[in-house]
This record gives sequence, C-alpha cells and structure tokens, in this order.
Amino acid sequence: MEQRLGFFPNLFYKYRRFVKFIKLYLLLAGPGLIVMLADNDAGGITTYAATGAKYGYELIWFLVFLLPVAYYVQEMTVRLGAVTKRGHAEAIFYAFGSFWGWFSLLDLILVDFLTLITEFIGMTAALHIFGIPPVITICAVILVMGAMILQGRYWTWEKIAFLFCALNVIYIPAAVMVHPSIDALIGQGFIPHIPSGPTSELFFFLMANIGTTIAPWMIFFQQSAVVDKGMKEKDIVWGQMDTLLGSFFTVLVAVFVIVVTGTLLKGQNIESAAQASIELMKVDQYVGTLLAIGLFNAGFLGAICISLASSWAFGEVFGWAHSLNQRIKEAPWFYAFYFLTLIAAGTVVLLPGAPLVLITLFVQVIAVTLLPSALVFLILLLNDEESMGKYKNTRTQNIITWLIVIAIIILSTLYGISALFPDLFK
Amino acid sequence: MDEKIPLHKRIADFTERRFARITEINKKYATPQIKMTPQVKLALLILRLYLLFLVVVLAYKFTTIVAGGGKIGI
Repeated sequence: MEQRLGFFPNLFYKYRRFVKFIKLYLLLAGPGLIVMLADNDAGGITTYAATGAKYGYELIWFLVFLLPVAYYVQEMTVRLGAVTKRGHAEAIFYAFGSFWGWFSLLDLILVDFLTLITEFIGMTAALHIFGIPPVITICAVILVMGAMILQGRYWTWEKIAFLFCALNVIYIPAAVMVHPSIDALIGQGFIPHIPSGPTSELFFFLMANIGTTIAPWMIFFQQSAVVDKGMKEKDIVWGQMDTLLGSFFTVLVAVFVIVVTGTLLKGQNIESAAQASIELMKVDQYVGTLLAIGLFNAGFLGAICISLASSWAFGEVFGWAHSLNQRIKEAPWFYAFYFLTLIAAGTVVLLPGAPLVLITLFVQVIAVTLLPSALVFLILLLNDEESMGKYKNTRTQNIITWLIVIAIIILSTLYGISALFPDLFK
Repeated sequence: MDEKIPLHKRIADFTERRFARITEINKKYATPQIKMTPQVKLALLILRLYLLFLVVVLAYKFTTIVAGGGKIGI
C-alpha cells in the first residue's frame, strides 16, 4: 500500500504512524523509564562523581557494560507484574510462603527507610549549597511529594515524575561546558581496560557502581508500578522497550557525570556529590551549580520511587487498598504509611548528631541481605510455568539472568563486607 | 462514645486487630504455591545458608564493636 502512494503522501503516512507509535508509547511507558532514572539517585550520583574524580574517563566502559545487566533484571519484573498482577512482595508471599514473605517485606521496609534517609541527605546537601536550610528543603520535598500522590491518579503521578526525569538532561550542558577531549573520551572511556592495574580501591569502585545499578527497591517498585498501571500481557513489549530506554538513559546520565568530574576534578578524592559540586564551583560556577541541581533532582526522584515501593509492598501484603488511582479516603493506610516513612526519614536527617555517615554505610550492608533473595525469587518466579505460561523465562534468558544474578550477589556481598571491614581488601 | 473508652484499652484493641491481621496473613500464605522442584529447593537452601553467613558476619562485627568499647570503625 505504501509503495502505491506518492513520495509526500508516503512520508506523511510514515509520519502519522510514527506519531501514533510515540503516543502509544507515552501512554504505556512509565515504570521502566522512571525506575531506571531514579536508579541514579543521590547515592548513585555520588558514586559516579567519585568514580570520575578518581579515574577520569577510564571506567566509562564498565558503566556501558552495566546497561544489559540493568535491563535483564528489570525486564523480568515487567513480565511478572503484567502476567500475575501481583507486586513483588505479594508474589513472594504467594509463591514461597510467609517466612520468606515476612523476611523480604521487613527487610525491604528497613532498606527503603535507610535509603530514603540518604536521599534526604543528598537533597539537603545540594540545596544547602544555595543557602537553603535543611528544614525548608525537607518540608518542601514532603509537600511536593504529597501533592504528587494526592491528586488521585496513577497516570498524572507518572507524568509529573517524567518531568523530574527530564531534568536529568541537566548533566548534558554541564558535560559540554567542561570541554572534554573527545579523543581522550573515546580512547580512555570506551575501550575496556583496567586503569593502572587491579587494586583493592579499583575493585571497591567497580563494586560500588554495580551496587548502585541494581538496588532491591527497584525490583519491588517496578513490579508494583506495572500492576498499578494496569499493564496486561499484550503491553509487555512496551514495558520491555520502556525498560531498555530507561537502561540506556541511566547509563547516559552516569557517563555525563563521570565526564564532568573526570575532566575537572581528576585525581581528587570525592566523598559526596555535594562536595564535588562545591569543588566544581571553584573551577566553573555554572557547572558546579548544574551538578548541585542534578543532585537534588536525583535525590528527589529516588525518594518518590522508594517511598512508593514500601507503601505498595505493605498494602499488597496487608490487603489494604494501595493504588494511586484511589483517593485518600479509599486507601487511608496506604497514604498514611507513605507519609509516615517520609516524615520519619526527614526527621532523622534533621536530628542534631544523627549518625548520617553510619546510616549511609549501613544501607549498603542491609541491601546485601535483601538483594540476593529478591533476585533469586525473581528468577524462580519467572520459571514457574503454572503462573507465567508462555511468558516464562527461556533457556537463554535463564543462562543470562543466572550469570548476572550470581555475579551481582558475589560482588554486592563483597561490597557490603568491605563496608563493614574496610581494611579487609587493602 | 469513643471518648469513654480508656486510651490503653483502645491501644490494646488496635494492637490485637493488627496481630489478628498478621495471623490471617500467615494462614493465607502458609503453603508455598510454587512447584517445589529440586532446583527451587536448592535455591532456597542456598539462600538460607547465605543469610546464615551474613548473620554470622554481622554478629562478628557486633562483638568486635563491643570489644572495642563501642568504636564502630567503619
């Protein structure tokens, strides 16, 4: 039919098809893109900033290598959520019984709460650079996040979250403004190699980058979001595309952050992204400002996803109404839990003398107790023919995902242990 | 009418209702619904051993903190 049309009608036809495709994608996209961009949370941006400052562009290839890792893990949550219509917490209870269910749920609540504190630390540190007191930042964040979920529609929440995701482009002008050497970027960054030989410090950085790529809350969040969005089996392909696009953008953001700190701060020891922003401001006021805004946005995106992951999980298991499509009167416990975790996490950050550094390190240790079980359960559930039918994992998917999961478990365990015993790998 | 019920009684009732819900959940999910193939059993066994290992590591860290007079050292 297309060939019988003239050039311009054919072009118009193709344009209409493309617009229709984009409209359909925007309708069905969401959880994958949001979870992947929220993966670059305050902790993630700190890791990338520190990696760039320490090794320049030399570990960019490793982040590119993490793209399929993130995709393969998160793609499984799309299929599982769309086919079973259960969130990850409920799916664990259903398939493995109450022991593993309670273990996963309580561990998730603890990990999410501690991670939420680290997001607030990131956001307050970022805005403190501009002279905004932490108490104002925390109150404003809670108000905005509250307004986002209280409007009563999942769809609207998702589109507002998209706006914050779009703010991630802020790293692009920052990377352009530092005038990186393209030859050095390609030569050092995209050719796999081990910079200055394998050392314990390098190993720590590699583990930290893996740790920030796959976090337990991501699995719980995306599966619950797929269910709340009402995705069906026929939508799986859109969910997969969404997740792939999200994986691409998450790596892209990481690369841009590394380019910024790798160009201007190479050779420096960076402890946090806020410190990196301050150091950058000394070299280039605008680049430092952009990184600080990016850090705030990263913490905010992380916080909106993490707080929802906990509330969804609790609602699923306790049988409370737990959809963003329900009003506060219809799902009071869901919203109460959401606000309670937010306010509690914000209060901890404001407490004078709160052990915030210890909490930041402790998150890594506690995440290690949850991540392996969440990943293993994910693969086992994806192999359950009775509930998954034709959507179960193929042999190739099983080989790839088991290899990825085993590697993540080993490396994240070593990372957690290195946080507990820092001298062990020196 | 609620005002006549003492606070401790109301808290006790609330807690009782919560625990009743937990008992209900435990009953609902008492039997794992996944087909317990040898692979699933092996995976669950390895997970239990892994968690046991982590408990031992954390307990060891805790004892070193206590022995060190509360200095965390991480």
